[in-house]
Order: sequence, then C-alpha cells, then structure tokens
Amino acid sequence: MRILLVEDDRETAAYASRALRESGHTVDSANDGDQGFLMAQTGFYDVLVVDRMLPKQDGLTLVRRLRAEQVQTPVLFLSALGDVDERVKGLRAGGDDYLAKPFSFSELLARVEALGRRAAKPMTNGILKVGDLELNLLARSASRNGTAIDLLPREFALLEYLMRHAGQVVTRTMMLEAVWDYRFDPQTNVIDVHMSRLRAKIDKGFATPLLHTVRGAGYCLRA
Amino acid sequence: MPRLLRTSVFRIAAIYLALFGGSSIALLAFVFWSVTEYVKTQTESTISIEITGLAEHYRQNGLVGLRDVLAERSRNQRQSLYLLTDSSFRPIIGNLDQWPLPVEQTSGWFDFDFDRPGSPAGVHHARARHLQLAGGFQLLVGRDVQERTELLVGLRDSLSWAGLLVVVLAVAGGLAMGRNTLRRVDAIARTSQDIIAGDWSRRMPLTGSNDEFDRLAQSLNAMLDQIERLVGGLQSVSDNIAHDLRTPLTRLRTRLEATLMAPSVAPESRHALEQSIADADRLLAMFTALLDIARAESGVLRREMGPVDLAAVCRDVADLYAPTAEERSTPIRSTLPQPLIVHGHRALLAQALANLLDNAIKFSPKGGTITLTLERAGEEASVMVADRGPGIAAGDRDRAVERFTRLEESRGTPGAGLGLSLAKAVADLHRGRLILADNSPGLRAILRIPVGPSVSL
Repeated sequence: MRILLVEDDRETAAYASRALRESGHTVDSANDGDQGFLMAQTGFYDVLVVDRMLPKQDGLTLVRRLRAEQVQTPVLFLSALGDVDERVKGLRAGGDDYLAKPFSFSELLARVEALGRRAAKPMTNGILKVGDLELNLLARSASRNGTAIDLLPREFALLEYLMRHAGQVVTRTMMLEAVWDYRFDPQTNVIDVHMSRLRAKIDKGFATPLLHTVRGAGYCLRA
Repeated sequence: MPRLLRTSVFRIAAIYLALFGGSSIALLAFVFWSVTEYVKTQTESTISIEITGLAEHYRQNGLVGLRDVLAERSRNQRQSLYLLTDSSFRPIIGNLDQWPLPVEQTSGWFDFDFDRPGSPAGVHHARARHLQLAGGFQLLVGRDVQERTELLVGLRDSLSWAGLLVVVLAVAGGLAMGRNTLRRVDAIARTSQDIIAGDWSRRMPLTGSNDEFDRLAQSLNAMLDQIERLVGGLQSVSDNIAHDLRTPLTRLRTRLEATLMAPSVAPESRHALEQSIADADRLLAMFTALLDIARAESGVLRREMGPVDLAAVCRDVADLYAPTAEERSTPIRSTLPQPLIVHGHRALLAQALANLLDNAIKFSPKGGTITLTLERAGEEASVMVADRGPGIAAGDRDRAVERFTRLEESRGTPGAGLGLSLAKAVADLHRGRLILADNSPGLRAILRIPVGPSVSL
C-alpha cells in the first residue's frame, strides 16, 4: 500500500515509516500540515497517517479540508492525547481511526492495513465466507463445511469482525473496540479467552485451522 | 432561613436595625414627651394667669365684681371651667355644678373628670387649680383638656405605628439584602465546589453590575485562569514524563517484536524474547494505568461525561470477563435491573468495574461464585462485586486503594496494585464512593455513583 505519514516528530516518523516499510508498504513523509495537505490532495495514497498536532496546519484542519475537497482517503490519527473526546474530535473531523502514542509496531500496522483494505462486504444474500466457514448475517447463523456452529451473540460479533477483516492481523484492542465499544487495557488476557473459545467452535475437528494467533500482535482469520 | 440568619450581611442588618430602629423610637418617644409637656405647661400657665387675674379682680371689686366676671366668662368660655364656692364649698357661681373632688385632694394643682352633657365622650378630663380667697371663698379655675388628651392619644398611636413601620422595614430590608448577598455568595461557593471537584471549565458568574461582588468574581476568575495555566503546564509536564517513559519502552518492545519475527531466532532465545515482550507490556500497562488514574483524579474527564446506562456497562463487562471467570471455575452471577442511567464516564466506569471483576476472579478460590449486583440505593446507583476470596482485613482497606499497595495476601498473584486506585479515582470523579466491605468470607467492593447530575453544596 502507499502510505503518507504526516508527522513532525522525527523519531516517531522514522520509527513508523520503518515499521510500515518492513511490512512491504511504500511510505512517503511530510513534516508539516501544509506539505501534508498538498501531498494528500493528489489522492495518490491508500492510507494517510496524520499526527493531531502539526506545525502550520493541525491534523484536524488538514483532514477537514481534504474531506471538503472530496479526498476520501482513509485517515488514521496519531496523538499523544488519548482522551475519549480527542478521539471523538478526530473521528468527527473525518478521521477513520485513532491511535494514541506511543503505539506498538503491530498495532500501527494492523490498523493501517485494516484501513487500507476495504472491509469485506457480505454477498447479496448476507453471507460472509472465509474458506469453508460461512456466516449468515441475516439469519444470524454460522456453519463450517455445512455443519452448523452454535455461537453466542458476542462470539458472532467477534467472528463477523474477523471475517470482515479476513487475512489481516487484528489486535486485541481493535476487537475490544469493535465488539464491546470500549477502549481500555483489560489487565488480564480476557480477549484471548474469548478467542480460544471461538477457536474451539470453528476449528476443532477440522484439518485446517482458520483462526491463527499472531505472536505479539493479535489474531488473523484466513483460509 | 436559618442560613440567612447566620450571614454576616444579616448580622450587619440586625445591628443597623437595632441602632436605627432604637434611635428612631427614642426620637419618636421624645417628640411625644415634649408635645405632652408643652401642652401641659401651656394649659397650666393659662390657668395660672387666669386665676391670678381673678384673685386680683376679687381684691379690687369684691365678691360681686368677681361673680359678675365669672358669670360672664362661664357663659362664653367652653374650654375654661370656673367654680366659686363659699367656705363650706357650696357653689355660688360657675359652670361646674359642684366641687368636683373631696376637698383634701384639691390643694393647688389637680386633675378631675366631669360630665359634659351633649359631648360624645360624656366624661371629660380637666386640669384645675384651687385658690382660697380672703373671706373663706374658694375659687377653682380649670380647663377641659379632653380634646388635647385625644390629640395626644392620636399622636401616640401615630408615632407607635411609625415606630413599628421602621422596625418592619428594617427587618424586611435586612432579609432582602441578606438573601441577595447570600445568593451571590452561594453562586461563588457553588462554582468553587465544582472547581474543587475538578471541573476547571467553571468560572464565577458575573452580573455585569460591576459591584464589589463582580470585582471579586473577576479577580477570582483571573486567579483561576492563572492556576489553570500553571496546572495545565504541570499536567503536560507529568504527561510528558509518562509519555517520555512510554516511548522508549514501546521502541524496546518493537525491537523485541521485530527480532522475534526473524526466522533465524533460536528456540531458547525465542522464549526469552517473548518473556521480555510480556514484561514490557506489563510496564506499559502500568504507565497507562497511572496516567488514567491521574486523569480521573484531575477531573478533566468530567467534560466527557454524559448519560450512561450502568446496567448495560455491567452487562458488557460481565460478558467480557465471563469466559475468563468460567475458565477459573469462578462463575459470575449477575443481578442487573432494567436500565439505570447515571451521569458518568462510560469508558472509565467500565474500566473500574473491569478492575473490580479482575480482582474478584484473581482472588476467588475454585468454585467460589462471584456476584455482580447493580441496584438503586436512594439517590445512588450501587454496583457491588462480591467474591469468596480471602477478603481484605478491616485495617488494611484504606491502604488497599492507595497506588502500588499490594497486601500480603496478594503477593502470589500478578498485578501492580493500581486496580483499586483507579476504581477509587473513578468513584471520586463521579462524586461517588468506593466501599470495601466484608463478604464473610471474601470481599465486597461497592461502587456508589450518584444518580442524575451530581449537585455540590
């Protein structure tokens, strides 16, 4: 993917672009809001990673202006301000996701990739498919290789999120946000327990596992 | 009302009332007294002049002359009273029928009542003087003072009403002044309470009258702006410290992560790397928790508060922890009502509850059920998490909510000792309480949050 990183802090910029390049993405950098705006305006990029505080033109203004000019490139805001209302402000200005500094390599990568690749849409009959696993969003039912799988409502929501982002790494915080709508660090690995239950339901008894653990990062559902 | 009575303004008004009211009443009393005295003196000197004149007339013209004068005057004068008697007080002439009082009471000046036919009052007051003339004749000269007495009574009544009016006006004025001042002072006190509770967006209200209260409010607001700038500076310094510590830690973690991804890593190194990443995660979680506690304590997050359904939060968090709890054979039994709306910070309430459930799961013995109860207790919503673990000794409960406190009993379990501190900070942010109590055996952690917008004062 082509990624534009608008960040005035050299260290963060170097760190983030290295992380993204090592994962095979093309990264361009801008040091201030004006330069970032000019580059983003071209519509050349798949994802914009924009710091909230920038010289010349702050991140919120930059994104608002881009949206006004019909540039719809997905935006991930970076900020040292982790408050909920900062996040809400970012999303309201036209951002698509928000990541508080400092962030881990895997969190940045997972979120950028989730933004860059459009989430999978269900087929017209409301069915999401990954390999032989099917999720019927209308009937709220799941089956693998024709065998019905009994899911609790939260498990259904988790699986739906994973299937919409099939092939991508999904972090624990992304799942907590998407399924529970909370953004905090549970002290215990509660998400892992949910995932191991889900895995038992969809992978147990099948030769090829679909749900994979990505060490130090999160989970990935792929055929 | 009792509060109004205690205000300094009301005390000033009361003193004012005492001084002003007291001197007004003294003045009115003096007016009344001097008018009375003047009227009395006036009456007496008229009588004196007349009686002296009559005595002189008697000396010069004898009894007959005196009788003629008295007859003449008795006919014409309505206010003057005359009576001339012989030595045994039998009337000779005058406009009184008889000597009005027993003789022994009538030496010099005296007062008496007499009937005046045709007058509405009937009995009239009179002031009179008695003079013994040569030859044993007795002369009485007096004046009907009924009208003057009535005038004085009228004056006394008017002055009394005036006095009462002064007192009533002074009391009403004092109350009005006190209430007005109290309202202004209350507004300032309420704002201060909100600011003390962490709502730094509040400022003292101004009425625009530019009076002394406005000037006080302006000074306070200027002071608050200054403090806010300083606190903001301090806040960003401490945020920067946490940030500065978190940044290298995150880089460390990333480097470990990147190393781990390389295919050349030997299995024994792999384990060490994974352990290091886990340690870095624990440290990062601690910094995050510390920053969260600091934010909750500062009260700035109050801006983000709104209506929150506590029942839904409880359900969400119980649901998040349910698999973990079941895995450890410490199932969570929830008793949740229909929606219970509080004015709160949804994410922090969830985090506080998550911490309480986390502790409960950590300390529960296998098979020990954890109960999560939400109920309304008067004006508060009460979230209780009760476990069957070792509990916390009564003497240790205060200490348990302090940062980094890890009691003896918890040494064997993971954690940094920040969970209860955050729950406490969240309770404080909502102007609520965190109560730790005995579940015999076990611990009851109760989060009490006021229902509806919390009111200070």
